[in-house]
Amino acid sequence: MASLSGWRTLPPGAVILEPGSSVKYKTASWRTLRPVIDQEKCIRCRLCWTYCPEPAILELEKPYTAKSGRTYKVTYEIDYDYCKGCGLCAEECPVKAITMVEEVR
Amino acid sequence: MGKPIPLSGNYAVAYAVKAADVDVIAAYPITPQTAVVEKLSEFVANGELDAEFIHVESEHSALSAVVGASAAGARVFTATSAQGLLLMYEIMHIASTMRLPIVMTIATRAISAPINIWCDHSDFMASSDAGWIMLMGVNAQEAHDLTIAAYRIAEDPRALLPVAVGYDGFWVSHTVEPVHVVEREGALRYAPKRVARYVLDPERPVTMGSLGSPDWYFEFRVQLQDAVEKSREVISEALREFKQHFGREYREVDGLYTDDADVVLVLMGSAVGSAVPFAEEARRAGLKVGVVNVRLFRPFPEEEVLKHLEGAKVVAVVDRAINPGSSSVGPLYSDVAVTAFKRGLDVPILSYVTGLGGRAVMKSHFEAMVKHAYGFVGKRMRDVKTHYSFVGVRE
Ligand code: SF4
Ligand code: SF4
Repeated sequence: MASLSGWRTLPPGAVILEPGSSVKYKTASWRTLRPVIDQEKCIRCRLCWTYCPEPAILELEKPYTAKSGRTYKVTYEIDYDYCKGCGLCAEECPVKAITMVEEVR
Repeated sequence: MGKPIPLSGNYAVAYAVKAADVDVIAAYPITPQTAVVEKLSEFVANGELDAEFIHVESEHSALSAVVGASAAGARVFTATSAQGLLLMYEIMHIASTMRLPIVMTIATRAISAPINIWCDHSDFMASSDAGWIMLMGVNAQEAHDLTIAAYRIAEDPRALLPVAVGYDGFWVSHTVEPVHVVEREGALRYAPKRVARYVLDPERPVTMGSLGSPDWYFEFRVQLQDAVEKSREVISEALREFKQHFGREYREVDGLYTDDADVVLVLMGSAVGSAVPFAEEARRAGLKVGVVNVRLFRPFPEEEVLKHLEGAKVVAVVDRAINPGSSSVGPLYSDVAVTAFKRGLDVPILSYVTGLGGRAVMKSHFEAMVKHAYGFVGKRMRDVKTHYSFVGVRE
């Protein structure tokens, strides 16, 4: 992490002067379990994307052809900078395409 | 100085708030404070004060509303007592760490249970760790003047802190006294509206009241401590200039007959008004009694208090509140004793708790304290077995 300012130089009253700066706050540091999507199993139903509270599920315009021969226009991936590992996506996935694996740092 | 007019302590505060030309008032009624905001709503309704009066459903909301208004740059006011102040307690910390220059008056009152609407300092003392500057007026004139001074202190860019002005419920809030009223023009010359701080403004967006993770929280609490500490200078400057503007002199601490006193009574609030004539009478009877009035409670004026204790043989701290089970018992005692300890003042320092729940503090109570304290002349703190006693309570 970059070095943080001390109390003498921080704006009084914890005012944040830079709009939209919360993206700099990488909530992933809390994560103890990491969701992993099995792209073969995933049926692109978008439920994980809908449920993720962060939201840390990315819907990418990235075509994917499964071994079955079926081609999907989109791919769902996890944004590991913000995913806090709550497991909601794995719980909600109707085809159990998401597994929570232990986070090793 | 023009002619004084008869005003209760509560009305004296309302006139001060009117003179300060506040923009937003939010309050919820509670005895003995109610008449302050009742009068203010009258001023707003009849056009004497151009302010937004927000009617809220609780004191929690009252302070929350002025937090929001202050964040938007308004000059704000609220008032409360007892249970109302406790309901505000959560927001008090938010106001101070967010560094919002809010002014609040507290007509001091006992805390339930049992339900008691009368005066003591339980509410004031219970909120003294919330990072606010805290002043205590001894009469209606002081409640009026300190409220005006509070705006100048709070909005000073070197302070940017909320200020609470206390005055005794009923003894001051409902007692009519002659009061010299400061007019708006004079008040605004002395305490011009200053917004030298970040405010909520769509043109220059900032975030206020955000999350402070373990990476940030500690820094902002230290920043608050530093601001309260440094506000001493702002406060003494504001009090000095008050005299230049209005002719009335206030110090953080008053000392009377403390130079050669055997027993120095240290106290706050309206009981000072009884302690002074008591000390004069005691002196005529050969007892060297001094009186110290602690007008500024936060930041605690250590130097100014100590100055009046250095010659004392016994220090008698009079508290109108109990901090049950603490090592001090009396909350004012705690600050006085720590101050003395830090400077190696080794005389008996005794705690006298009296006047709870509206019980009058009588001359006979001071007599009992001084008689008891005289028994410790020539002793040291380690000779004191029980440092506290309750005066005027039935055994
Ligand atoms: S584990 Fe939670 S935070 Fe992470 S992607 Fe799934 S739902 Fe979102
Ligand atoms: S919920 Fe499961 S199946 Fe649906 S998009 Fe997400 S990973 Fe794919």
